[in-house]
Amino acid sequence: MAKIIINQDKCKGCFLCVNFCPKGLIKKSVKLNKQGLNFVEFSPKAGDSTDCIGCMQCAVICPDCCSEVYK
Amino acid sequence: MEKIFKRCQSLYDVPTHYCPGCGHGIAHRLVAEVVDELDIREKTIGIAPVGCAVVAYDYWNFDCSEAAHGRALAVATAIKRVHPQNVVFTYQGDGDLAAIGTNETIHAANRGENLSVVFINNAVYGMTGGQLAPTTLLGQKTSTSIEGREKKAHGYPLKISEMLALLPGVCYIERVSLQSPPEVLKAKRAIKQAFENQINNLGFSLVEILSPCPTYWGLSPKESLDWIRDVMQKEFPLGRIK
Ligand SMILES: Cc1ncc(C[n+]2csc(CCOP(=O)(O)OP(=O)(O)O)c2C)c(N)n1
Ligand code: SF4
Ligand SMILES: [Mg+2]
Repeated sequence: MAKIIINQDKCKGCFLCVNFCPKGLIKKSVKLNKQGLNFVEFSPKAGDSTDCIGCMQCAVICPDCCSEVYK
Repeated sequence: MEKIFKRCQSLYDVPTHYCPGCGHGIAHRLVAEVVDELDIREKTIGIAPVGCAVVAYDYWNFDCSEAAHGRALAVATAIKRVHPQNVVFTYQGDGDLAAIGTNETIHAANRGENLSVVFINNAVYGMTGGQLAPTTLLGQKTSTSIEGREKKAHGYPLKISEMLALLPGVCYIERVSLQSPPEVLKAKRAIKQAFENQINNLGFSLVEILSPCPTYWGLSPKESLDWIRDVMQKEFPLGRIK
């Protein structure tokens, strides 16, 4: 059981985490954040967070230190 | 559930001015994590460069100084000699360290100053508009080499790390990359080694980090990482140089 919490207002929408999440659990937003940018959203299937394996790849590659990982 | 990844103490919780996907943000975090892990936040002094990282001191939660363009290692030399008990490092771009500051870089290394250097090679001058840097690859288009770098006009990509490795005062040089999460973790280990060498009084250590500048490479952030892997690492091979 693991999950991430993304600071959406700090996200600059580089989408590197979207590319590196091995489970494809991070998606681009349709909405814009405070900076006027598309951000990323943690989207585990049907609201359960069990598919996240807590590998931290999203956090390690994030240039803006936007995600916290829980396991 | 336990929090297994969080912002470290040595990095302020503020937004940075870097472009989306810029490697400077990753490299700043790695330095901050190393400072936390070595428990040296109270005695670390960083020297920020002139370049896109010019206000790095606003992002790091430890003492910092600023140097004129290229002069970070001269400033670091003075600070370290006056405060030998402190851990002193410079953070410099390729224009800073390998163009305008080549002189300071070579002589600080040759004197074997007990310092750690974090060298951000993004193959361009980012701050001033993406001009050709000494490290620009042959064929790479920049705002001052619009047809691509051409050896007759611009010379070859400068391998400053390999050149510095020849100097007896240098104890450690490694080239790493921010191309993928595993490579980012290797980059952090190299930065930690460079700091530990200084703590153990071993002399001059430098980590060259191949770092994306999506803005002036004209690529998306992910394409920039792929370009590092497929193109840049061929010219600048990764690994321990000394
Ligand atoms: C003495 C001096 N000369 C020139 C400049 C203009 N200048 C500012 S940053 C820079 C190059 C920055 O490139 P680099 O060191 O590679 O850093 P990056 O922005 O790519 O991280 C130049 C030439 C300056 N600020 N001071
Ligand atoms: S210009 Fe390049 S190096 Fe500078 S902040 Fe933007 S991406 Fe980073
Ligand atoms: Mg540069």
